[in-house]
This record gives sequence, structure tokens and C-alpha cells, in this order.
Amino acid sequence: MSEPLLQVRGLTKRYGARLACADVSFDLVPGEVLAIVGESGSGKSTLLSLIATELAPDSGTVSYRMRDGALRDLAGLSEAGRRALMRTDWGFVRQDATKGLRMAVSAGGNVGERLMGLGERHYGRIRAQALDWLGRVEIDAGRIDDPPSQFSGGMRQRLQIARNLVTAPRLVLMDEPTSGLDVSVQARLLDLIRRLSAELGLAVIIVTHDLAVARLLSHRIAVMRAGRVIETGLTDRVLDDPEHAYTQLLVSSVLAA
Amino acid sequence: MSGTHTVFPPPSAGEGTLRNRGGEGSDGAERSSPPHEDRALSGSRVPLLRDFVPAQPLLTQGPPSPIPSRARPTWDEQDANLGQARDRSGGGSAAEPSAPQSGYNFAYLDEGTKRMIRRAILKGIAVPGYQVPFASREMPMPYGWGTGGVQVTAAILGRADVLKVIDQGADDTTNAVSIRRFFAKTSGVATTTRTAEATVIQTRHRIPETPLTEGQTLVYQVPIPEPLRYLEPRETETRQLHALAEYGAMHVKLYEDISRHGHIATTYAYPVEVAGRYVMDPSPTPKFDNPKMDGCPALQLFGAGRERRIYAVPPYTRVRSLDFEDHPFRVQEFTHPCALCGAKGVYLDEVLLDDAGNRMFVCSDTDHCEGRRADGHVGTGEAI
Repeated sequence: MSEPLLQVRGLTKRYGARLACADVSFDLVPGEVLAIVGESGSGKSTLLSLIATELAPDSGTVSYRMRDGALRDLAGLSEAGRRALMRTDWGFVRQDATKGLRMAVSAGGNVGERLMGLGERHYGRIRAQALDWLGRVEIDAGRIDDPPSQFSGGMRQRLQIARNLVTAPRLVLMDEPTSGLDVSVQARLLDLIRRLSAELGLAVIIVTHDLAVARLLSHRIAVMRAGRVIETGLTDRVLDDPEHAYTQLLVSSVLAA
Repeated sequence: MSGTHTVFPPPSAGEGTLRNRGGEGSDGAERSSPPHEDRALSGSRVPLLRDFVPAQPLLTQGPPSPIPSRARPTWDEQDANLGQARDRSGGGSAAEPSAPQSGYNFAYLDEGTKRMIRRAILKGIAVPGYQVPFASREMPMPYGWGTGGVQVTAAILGRADVLKVIDQGADDTTNAVSIRRFFAKTSGVATTTRTAEATVIQTRHRIPETPLTEGQTLVYQVPIPEPLRYLEPRETETRQLHALAEYGAMHVKLYEDISRHGHIATTYAYPVEVAGRYVMDPSPTPKFDNPKMDGCPALQLFGAGRERRIYAVPPYTRVRSLDFEDHPFRVQEFTHPCALCGAKGVYLDEVLLDDAGNRMFVCSDTDHCEGRRADGHVGTGEAI
């Protein structure tokens, strides 16, 4: 097994007396897709925010293997270094596309923003890259100058993915990327995420309450309940042969079509 | 007491001026004797607010002056002074310095406020392009009419200064005339419309065509100082972006222009990078004037009254307009010369002549145009 890309150790967060996330530890290797599942309020989104350093943990560390090969504690990075990492080597696809996109800026501008942030100052090259990425997420090239406010829900999510992947990140965090979409759009988006993550060798942490999404995309699953990870394992093993009583309940609650 | 002045000058003795001009806050006659002789300021004590308040509050006479007048004029005398000020500002292109209207401190603001503003200005000069917060005061004019510029001018104005005020390049529009009169009344400094003669030029939306020189100060009136506001409405976030020099969003705006119009269609408030660090909004000047800011020998100060920010570009500072490699920065070009003076390569105003579509392009800088016509240059004078 290769060296971990991301190392999470003893991550704990309380909101007052309530425990949102308790002593979560795991490793993520390059190219691995980890699904975090659990019901609403189980601490999935808090965990993702902690990993993305949007929230400060009460205790525990998040370490990341930088491009130079050294594993560094993210809390030890400067604010500027952390932000630079987030917009180059990381991506964050949000459940609510309006929070992950600039709704008043054209699709091309949305995709190009990270490039311009990195110092790209050639309009032609930015536009060519934006067109390339719109093609890869199956958005018609003719829509490049339309703002995402005129896009459908599925297109917005695909645009978000293009915006995040344009700088060739190695780790992408996804928070319920398929919720609120109808099933055919959802299937198309899942295909896209699966294809891109395989092609680019992306490591992905995907938070979802939908076990079907987890089964389709992920290599490993972590089941959360009341802030704790109660079961982890290979996706097939956890979903087909759940050990913990709560996981058994979760799996048996899925409606068969 | 007089011996301590060299060590600890009193707050209103003019030591805070940017160019070390003496004389503001007191008459020339008062300068001969040490000011504040009757004041209980000891050399070691920090001056308190009450030190600035006259012994007898004069509620009817406007903001208190830190300099107790030796002989306050009677109301009759004050009315006479007011009449003079009105007469003086009535016509002519230049007015000689005269006694300011009494009842107000020199240049309207009290000395404590001026010191506060000067501190912000000095900080702005030390960090070119950085927006320094300051405690903007209520001015006797509405926000949007140049309250920021007026406060900066009031803080730097000295008795020997010659003031010019322009509004869209013109000396004779309402805003310019009102502000020029305001300072003529409250400070009594000489005013002019000639760019070359002025030491302080307050401007709304133009830089004069006549090249500025060392020793001159250009004061801009700024409505929205934050160049990132278009993409980021949160002030906390824009401050962080400035601190970390994350200016990618600035180019997103220019990208949007090109994708919509095929070229950078921003024609005013065109963002600039100052001294290779801070991105700054040059106030709504046309981008035609941006090249004049680069390496300018004059000091450039920016005041935003409502937004409470002051920023500055020191003399001979690099000011670069943002652009793309394949869409470089370009200024507007005019196909016709000025219809009145025939000038080319200057910024022109379009003047509608009638309701049949006839129009004329004339210099936006009235002083420049008048100067050229006085030198015998003549335009076609015809409508286009």
C-alpha cells in the first residue's frame, strides 16, 4: 500500500455540550475514494469542514502530503499557504452549487478563476482550458458565456466539478453532490465523477446519505452515527455484510426499486 | 513655556503638515508670537479634548477653534467678511488669499480631526494603495458630493496653498464651484483654475491634461474605494484578499468583459496595481487617465467619506493597469480633435447641441482648453 495522501488523527469537535465529531481517525491513499455515510445530523458535514480547515477542531490533526512529498499538519501552515493549497491541490464540491460558484459570472469565468488566481494572464489560454473542461463535464461549449444562474441543477454541479478540477488537484471533497437531483441526472453525474476520478487518479472524500451513491463510487466506507465512526471497511463488505447493528439497520432501510 | 515649543509643539502648531508648511490654524500675525501662550499645556502632558475648547463655549459660532482669537470680531464685522467672501468667489479665474470667515477653524475641520486625517494619509503614503480606515466626519454636504476629498483637502491645506477644484475636468460646474468657495470662505487660501499655479488640486473623476509637477498634490473624491467589491460583497473577505494579495478575482471581471464584448470594456474605475503590491480603484476616472498616475511627480491622495477610507500613491510610484497578455491595456481614442481648441490626444466630452442629433466634442479639461485658445489654437467649432 502506498503512503497516505491524507492522515486524519483523533479529530474532535464540540458545539457547546453537543458532540459533533468524536475521535475520528483514518488514512486516505492517492486515488482512493472514501464515502462517509450516515443519517442527517450524524456529523458527516462537520467532519468534512474540519478536514477542509473551514472549522477548527477542538483536538486532533489533519495532515496532508504536499507536492514535495512531505506530510504536513495543515494547522501548522500559514493562512496564505492553506488558502493556496485549497485552491490548487484541493477541490470542494458543495451540496449547494450557489455556494461553490459565482452565480453572476459566466461559466467560462467560473472555470478560469482558479487559473487567474494562479497568475495565468493569457485570455486565449484561459478560455481554451475552460472550453476543454466544459467538454469534459459534458456542458455544451455554446454555454460558456452563460452564467450558472441559467443552468439546471445537474449542470451547476458539473460546472462546479470543472471549476475545481481545472488546476489538477489531487484531493477533492464532495458534500452530497447528487442530492436534490432527479435519478437520471444523478446517474449521469455519478458516471462523470467515477470516470474523472479514475482517469485523473483523484483521491475523493464523498459525504452522502445515499448508500447507492456510496456503492457506485467508493472503495471504502465509513459509517457515522452521533459523531462517531462506528464501522469502516471495503464498500462491498460493509454494504453486503454489515457488522454493526446500526449499519445493518441502515442497509435494510434502503428501498428496493 | 516658549522654550518647550521646540521639544513638544502643541497639537495645532502645524507640525503635522505633509510638506511642513507652517501657518494653518492661525493668522500670519499670530505666528510671530508663540501660539498657545495662554494655554495650560505643559510639555509633558498629553493634550486632552478640553484643551481645544475655548474657556467660554461659543455655541453660535460653529466648531470651536483651538486657537483662541485674540479679538473676536463682532457680528457686524463677520457679516462684512461673509459679504466679501461672496463677492470674491463671484467671478474671475483666481482669487487672492484673504482673511477667512471667522467662527470656523482654518479650513473648517478642527485641528484634532485634521491630525487624525493626516495620520491616515501618512499611513496611506507609507503603504501605497492600501486603504486606511479613518473616522470620517459629517461634512456640510451630502455623501457622494466629495465628502472624502474635502476632508483630505482640509487636512493638508496650508495658508500658502493655492487651491484648484475640478469636477469632470471642469472648473465651473456646481460641485467644483461649491467646494472652491467653501475653502475660500473657511480658510481664505488663494484659489485658481490654472493647473500649473495650483499646489492642491481636488478632483472628481479627472486628472488634468497639463502634466503635474513635484510639490503638487492631487486629491481624489472616491465613492467606492474597494476594487474587489464587484465580486466579493463581504468587507471581511476583501480585506483578507488584500492582505494575502489574492487578486485572481480582479481578472475575472476583465475576463467577463472580453467574453461579453470582445475587448476590455471597463472604461472608468479601471483597476490598477500600485507599487507591485496592492490593487486599487483609481476612483471613477476614465481609464484614459490611468497612464498619468504611473510615475507621477505629484502626490496623489484618495478620500472616500462614506466608506471611511483614505489611500495614497506617493510621487514616482509604479501604477500598472491590470490586463491580459493577449488583451493589453489600451486607452480610449477619439476620432476628432477638440472642436474649440483643436487639441488631439486629450479626453473629450460629448456635448449635445440640439434635438436633431448634432453634437460637438470638446476638451473635458476646461483649463487646458482655455489655455490653448488663449495661445491662439482654434478648433473647427462645428458640430459633428
